[in-house]
Amino acid sequence: MVPVSERTDQVTSTEADAEGDPAANPETEATETDGGTTSEAGAGTTTEARVEAELEPETGADGPSDRPAVETGAGSIAHALEGAGVEHVFGVQGGAIMPVYDGLYDSALTHVTMAHEQGAAHAADAYGQVTGTPGVCMATSGPGATNLVTGIADADMDSDPLLALTGQVPTSFVGNDAFQETDTVGVTRPITKANYFADDSETVGDTVGEAFALAEAGRQGPTLVDLPKDVSVGETDHEPDSPELPQYYEVPEEADAAAVEEAARALASAEQPLILSGGGVTKGEASPELRDFATEHGIPVVTTMPGIGTFPEDHDLCLSWAGMHGTGYANMAISHTDCLLAVGTRFDDRLTGGIETFAPDAEVIHVDVDPAEISKNIHADHPLVGDAGAVLDQLAGAMGDAFDAEDSSSEAYAAWRERCTEWKAEYPMDYPTPDDAPLKPQFVVEAMCEACPEDTIVTSGVGQHQMWASQYWTFRHPRTWISSHGLGTMGYGLPSAIGAKVAAPDREVVCFDGDGSFLMTSQGLSVAVRENLDITVVVLNNEAIGMVRQWQDAFFERRRMASEYPWLPDFAKLAEAFGAKGLTLQEYDDVADTLQEAREYDGPAVVDAHIDPAENVYPMVASGGDNAQFALSEDQL
Amino acid sequence: MSSDSNDNDGGDADRGAGSQQEGRHEQGLEGPRPEERERPQGRRSSQGIRIDPQAEASYVPRRTAISALVANDPGVLATVTGLVSRRQFNIESLTVGPTTNPETSRITLVIEEPDPGIRQVEKQLEKLIPVISVRELGSDAIQRELVICKVHGEEPEKVQAITEMYDGRTLDAGPRTITVEIIGDEGKIDDAIDAYRQFGIRELARTGGTALARGEEWTTDAEEERYERLVNGTRTGAGTGTESRTNGAADD
Repeated sequence: MVPVSERTDQVTSTEADAEGDPAANPETEATETDGGTTSEAGAGTTTEARVEAELEPETGADGPSDRPAVETGAGSIAHALEGAGVEHVFGVQGGAIMPVYDGLYDSALTHVTMAHEQGAAHAADAYGQVTGTPGVCMATSGPGATNLVTGIADADMDSDPLLALTGQVPTSFVGNDAFQETDTVGVTRPITKANYFADDSETVGDTVGEAFALAEAGRQGPTLVDLPKDVSVGETDHEPDSPELPQYYEVPEEADAAAVEEAARALASAEQPLILSGGGVTKGEASPELRDFATEHGIPVVTTMPGIGTFPEDHDLCLSWAGMHGTGYANMAISHTDCLLAVGTRFDDRLTGGIETFAPDAEVIHVDVDPAEISKNIHADHPLVGDAGAVLDQLAGAMGDAFDAEDSSSEAYAAWRERCTEWKAEYPMDYPTPDDAPLKPQFVVEAMCEACPEDTIVTSGVGQHQMWASQYWTFRHPRTWISSHGLGTMGYGLPSAIGAKVAAPDREVVCFDGDGSFLMTSQGLSVAVRENLDITVVVLNNEAIGMVRQWQDAFFERRRMASEYPWLPDFAKLAEAFGAKGLTLQEYDDVADTLQEAREYDGPAVVDAHIDPAENVYPMVASGGDNAQFALSEDQL
Repeated sequence: MSSDSNDNDGGDADRGAGSQQEGRHEQGLEGPRPEERERPQGRRSSQGIRIDPQAEASYVPRRTAISALVANDPGVLATVTGLVSRRQFNIESLTVGPTTNPETSRITLVIEEPDPGIRQVEKQLEKLIPVISVRELGSDAIQRELVICKVHGEEPEKVQAITEMYDGRTLDAGPRTITVEIIGDEGKIDDAIDAYRQFGIRELARTGGTALARGEEWTTDAEEERYERLVNGTRTGAGTGTESRTNGAADD
């Protein structure tokens, strides 16, 4: 979490932003904001906002310590967020959310104004991943809310804790197709863990608290509260209670003891056991338990992509991650194991490849906090529903008796470990760096990894660069790899780096981006510059939406339809235009120095690394294919 | 890493060590080609169940009723139907109506799925926040459905005969149309409609199935808990419907 001293700095800088910014004379700002979002309906609101804005600085200057009593729904929302322990909020202003923003004016919350609502959702999502508690994003009704949708869907797919607050037209206008009205609750229903239409100023603060608690509890995920303007401005003196879960919601803790014993016996009788560590291990803070269990019994570990960092990648037992672009040795191990202990994974198709050929000899022990994940994609022979850490502790306790019962011991696993080590030697992760070809992206990733401290947070967009970053960076800790896995959202990298840096100002944050991904959300640089966030963006630029190009070459007879981007801007100059540091990288000899210069720059820096446009991501399991049949090059597909 | 160093890049390059030039690679990915690799023997079915290659079997779909007790909140029906359509559950009918508790409604779904699919429907429903309690009803559950059928009125005696055969009622009779209602399980309704076809059916409306568990058995756990609480008077405060969610251990 953010140290107290840092917090104070942040608050100060934001107050300075609000009051010291030459353009942010409150009157001008209010007018501009409204003008930008509402046209006809704006007039009345503008006057209202102007009056309030002129009055507020007087009371607000005393600081957040003597916080005013709740007078409106908006005040209740602010108090609910404070009560939930929220420190930062990411958002964009707009007509229907204005009262809620006004409620933040006197609060202790630090608001980070983003350039686009999608960025607000991704930043909050990354903030939630780094801290483990829900990130909060805010947007107005209509386009503000719909711009959040991609980020909410992203959080839903990756079970990231996120609370979205959206403005809505006044209740009496709802259903009339009013200006900037969208059925936000309807639109986000399938992509939220739960969502709410607030209908009462009296209870709105409690609703926000419940949504926050739900986002955090059990299997984490995004929640949303839609806030009609009349509910936000409506009078109430109700001080919200501390966040409470809905009355029917229970989070499973320990798994059924008998099932645990059976699972332990399955492991004890196995000859080729393997642990599959998923994102749920990070979410459940179960990495220590998992490490203990694996090392205690000498069981090799593969991770899923979201599970990267749950087990140190430089550990002898670690086979890195399995799946479409996972290592050859991870895919061999997962294809040959006879007992798979899968923890906190939903067996995504990018991991399993074809269901028929996934771990086909394995008895599956599935540990998950969400009962609905049990046997959804892969049948669980031993379903263990509960908290990852608690269940791993239970299993650890049951292993001794299980070995006795099976008349075996974990020494029997030695031959299997040896086999896994052989696969590591047989299918090494490597790439050629010939002199007559342009810079290889993997080399840039490795060079950056060597230069950075091991608690560095790495974020990414989606595509080839994401795969290279996850393949060639050595991750050692949970919550150091922040990416868009399930949804595969291009443009996730920069806003998530912003969210990560706000969450962890003392840690280094590196964003590997692709040229295509960076182009989608590069407006976020303005935010990074304004907030002076010391992040380093490395654009692995191959002038193409490279993963698509790779697939076209492999599966569409090299018909490169709409995948090549020879029209890109100069990203170094673009960065400079935003007020960030811009650097260009082309040669192997410059890699170390250029990356170092970017890292040392105090503020956001962008390295435009011109990489070999012909480079592809391998190994690769064809979509729906057999993991053991991963291709090492295109001709093997 | 690389053993055969032809270039002047300096052969045994251990990545991570020394200068940039020493960190350069030559080899690239290597290892046996896919067809040269050892392969596992087993297989899974399309439902992800490990199967014996000798004895392939997979679950066949069956028709069943699932009862869900849900909070009486706006949007619950949309949440449930959205789930059903998004996850492509094969649904035959869905009915919804109030219960003895004003804070809850009952949704009855008749679905046709193989067993793993039925378990998924239950668990995915259970996971929805406004859903309080879910259960698959046994084959002995009491299931009823209503149809209103409007047939041509040329042969009123014959229509009446069939209506009596199916324990139905005539709701409206005019010179040109006769409207009847039949109540029963799905099969009975299907049969009755078949029988009316000879007269020519102008229009019909079916409700879809609704159901309760038979005898003393409770339809969902939450209702049992609530009943116990009301009967024993251990209820505190004014709040009804404070049943606890029962999604603890996986049921398979």
